Amino acid sequence: MNEARSLDRRDFLCVVAGCVAATTGSCADVTHTPFFRERLRELTKAELADIVAGMAEDYHARYGKRFEVGAAPAQPGVEFAYALDLSHCVGCRRCVHACVAENNQSRDPEVQWIRVLEVEKGEGLDLAHADPYYDAALVPRAGYTYVPIACQQCRNPPCVKTCPTGATWQEPDGITVIDYDWCIGCRCCISACPYGARHFNWAEPQIPADELNTTTHVLGNRLREKGVVEKCTFCIHRVREGLYPACVEACPTGSRKFGNLLDPSSEIRYVLEHKRAFVLEAELGTRPRFYYFYGD
Amino acid sequence: MPSLWKIRCFVARSAREVTHGGLLYWSWIVALLALVGFGFAAYLEQLDHGLITTSMRDQVSWAFYIGNFTFLVGVAAAAVMLVIPAYVYDWKPIKEVVILGELLAIASLVMCALFVLVDVGRPDRLWHLVPGIGYLNLPSSLLAWDVIVLNGYLALNLCIATYVLYSLFVGGQPRKGIFKLLVLLSIPCAIAIHTVTAFLYNGIPARPFWNSAILAPRFLASAFCSGPAVLLILMQLLRRFTRFEIPDAAIWKIAELMAYAMFVNLFLLGAEVFKEYYSNTEHLIHMRYMFTGLDGQSSIVPYMWFSVVASLIAFVLFLVPATRRNPMTLNLGCVLIWAGVYIEKGMGLVIPGLTPDTLGEIYEYFPSRSEVVISIGIFSVGSLLFTLMVKVATPILLGEFRLRSPSRHFAGTPHPSSGHPFVQSQGSQPQTSTGRVESGRG
Amino acid sequence: MGEGREPTRSVYLLSRVSVSAPAPRTGPRTVAGTLGLLLVAAFVGCDGSPDSPSEGLELAWVETDGPQEGDYLPAPALSLETFPCSDCHDPEIPVNRRVRELKLVHAEIPMRHASSQTWCLDCHDDVDRDQLRLSSGEKVPFEDVLRLCGQCHGSQLRDWRAGVHGLRTGAWNGEKTYLQCVYCHDAHDPAFRPIEPEPPPRAPTRTP
Repeated sequence: MNEARSLDRRDFLCVVAGCVAATTGSCADVTHTPFFRERLRELTKAELADIVAGMAEDYHARYGKRFEVGAAPAQPGVEFAYALDLSHCVGCRRCVHACVAENNQSRDPEVQWIRVLEVEKGEGLDLAHADPYYDAALVPRAGYTYVPIACQQCRNPPCVKTCPTGATWQEPDGITVIDYDWCIGCRCCISACPYGARHFNWAEPQIPADELNTTTHVLGNRLREKGVVEKCTFCIHRVREGLYPACVEACPTGSRKFGNLLDPSSEIRYVLEHKRAFVLEAELGTRPRFYYFYGD
Repeated sequence: MPSLWKIRCFVARSAREVTHGGLLYWSWIVALLALVGFGFAAYLEQLDHGLITTSMRDQVSWAFYIGNFTFLVGVAAAAVMLVIPAYVYDWKPIKEVVILGELLAIASLVMCALFVLVDVGRPDRLWHLVPGIGYLNLPSSLLAWDVIVLNGYLALNLCIATYVLYSLFVGGQPRKGIFKLLVLLSIPCAIAIHTVTAFLYNGIPARPFWNSAILAPRFLASAFCSGPAVLLILMQLLRRFTRFEIPDAAIWKIAELMAYAMFVNLFLLGAEVFKEYYSNTEHLIHMRYMFTGLDGQSSIVPYMWFSVVASLIAFVLFLVPATRRNPMTLNLGCVLIWAGVYIEKGMGLVIPGLTPDTLGEIYEYFPSRSEVVISIGIFSVGSLLFTLMVKVATPILLGEFRLRSPSRHFAGTPHPSSGHPFVQSQGSQPQTSTGRVESGRG
Repeated sequence: MGEGREPTRSVYLLSRVSVSAPAPRTGPRTVAGTLGLLLVAAFVGCDGSPDSPSEGLELAWVETDGPQEGDYLPAPALSLETFPCSDCHDPEIPVNRRVRELKLVHAEIPMRHASSQTWCLDCHDDVDRDQLRLSSGEKVPFEDVLRLCGQCHGSQLRDWRAGVHGLRTGAWNGEKTYLQCVYCHDAHDPAFRPIEPEPPPRAPTRTP
């Protein structure tokens, strides 16, 4: 199926390119350039390896640093889930900045995949009256709770449903990913996301060279360009190597729990079993894999 | 069978037609070209810096461009407004202006495509939307469906308009069977394009302001009452500046139908207002932002009230026969209805749907200078296209613009046009040209 | 705000120290240049529910520098200056078991931990000051302090054992570092104080 598809495109582009292709090399060269290639998810393993090698070289040429662009696939028997302990979150935003550093998010214009909302205690979990811009001298402030929110990796993702080009999809291990070279930047997904989890690069991302994270994944924290959408990928470059996401490790109160839903001994299963976990906007039917609970 | 020579003639003569005109015509064209130039320059700047030159941000990620897009899809759909009564009720006076409606639809659809082009972050990747070489996420993505139906409708209108005008040009008549079929097909297509565009908003539960079943009928109602407003004004202009004969009855009938469409639109608006205010859930914040502002943030409130009041006044003006028949109040009504629906579909639909955003944040959007200049540039492209098409179509419809037949009619003697569905002949006497000859038109 | 209790060592640095490998168990005296010692534990494998909370855990001392600016955690309870306690507390010296507020020595240690129900010798063994005592009288070494904490804070201990209470670093499917209770909670003043948050995000503006 993939083969047939790529042949179609090659045929078409060969016709269009014609003489140019003949003078510059084989038609395959044209279709394997970043501009003309298929969606990442339709590439064969070998093609994908080629593409990421090219990306690493490209980043090296641009930034003078050795980049590692991984393409680790989902491991079988793994479905990631996340649980956040609202009784322990103090709203310190360490997770936000750990995420920004780990995932090469633009500093100017500022892109932050995690947003910590300050909610008045008496109002319940009322997202409509939450404030992400609280600027307290010390947290937690009396009378407020804190709700960090990022991509919920929904089981029924409205963003995947609405994307016109299929540039975003959900991987078998539950992470919703984006092919940054296929996204046309129409922002349907941003409209569709009930959690405000998707972010657009309104301008070319600016990251100080000494803050670049060179360990990247092609579907995760590799460097993006202006005009495409990005979001939390559960640190796909870390979790597929078995590590915790950066936010889990950064949280000083240990409010963030992560693990494999399919492993009965994981801490995430413990949370779902022993704690009263819930999800946000449950009535929308998104069925998030990001749970909130009260540990104490 | 159209021969290559005839087609060449058609194209060449059309080109000559559009390059000949009076002072008013050229002033209009030059002004439009200037605006297009400014818009293009601003767009190049936007390409360079990214969409940060707009005022859109994550919190309000669709705004002026998409608002204009939505409004123009409505205008394109409204061309069918004229087709339905003409063909379903077989009412003669409207048929002659059907083609003008389709030309308006073509211009609107081109503008829609341009608004999408300037809105996406990666216009160089729009080929990803072409089935076959790209990937269209069907059947789940409404934008993918919109791409199909809008292009299909554009193709259909292009076919109809070109076929009809070309047939008239070569001195024949379009075959009624084919023509009727195509035109009747365009009715469900027009309804489809606007329904699919409505579903694009409707199918987003994350935005409760849009997630209302009433959205698609409202879109259709507001499209039907605003689109023809342009044609009403256009037809009066054509009556003034050309020999186009459009009976008052046609204009009044269109205005009357627009009144009924506006009634439906206002009724549906009332239904939405009741549902939100009476149910008084959290979802009310969007409507409150629109009509009264929230937490002191109320930049769009005056526009929304203007839109409602303008629509109400226009409704009354079109409903009451006396004001409908008075050209001044009629045109006032047209302007008000156009303005009212333009705001309702732009500011009044996209912005409140996204404000406050899903996490309760209010970002007060207002179009940036760059967005306004680019949008004016796109409206100018559409106006330019429409002007050129009408410049060619009008003389064809009037019977003045014809291919010279092999039987060597005298230059200056137009073909008799009798019983033609597109040109209302004044009695049986063909109009002699008043100083205008077929060739060498100056 | 705990006066004099400046927080030490950011979590990042400590977690990196512990993830690479658990520090070898060395006596505190042999470690030079360390101001404080914190306990971490690495899970080395055990199936089913353990009999003891620290079963299957390899305990390790982690060295820390003094308090750093912007750090969040409390100063370590143990420092080279005070451990081993038997340096001063000779078992031969008679013990004053009267419940009182200490004024002569250890006066800087605030007792804000169930202070109306407990005092020093409820947790510290009165004879062997290098060990702690459970309510049954059983002595436990400092490394097993979680057994002591778990007497009253059983649900937290169970959650900690499952990895749900407190911070875990490392690999979700491999070696993890469990941070012992006293790593985050000052044993004498366990409540967390409010901390300075990172700056808020920049609100969007129409002009970039």
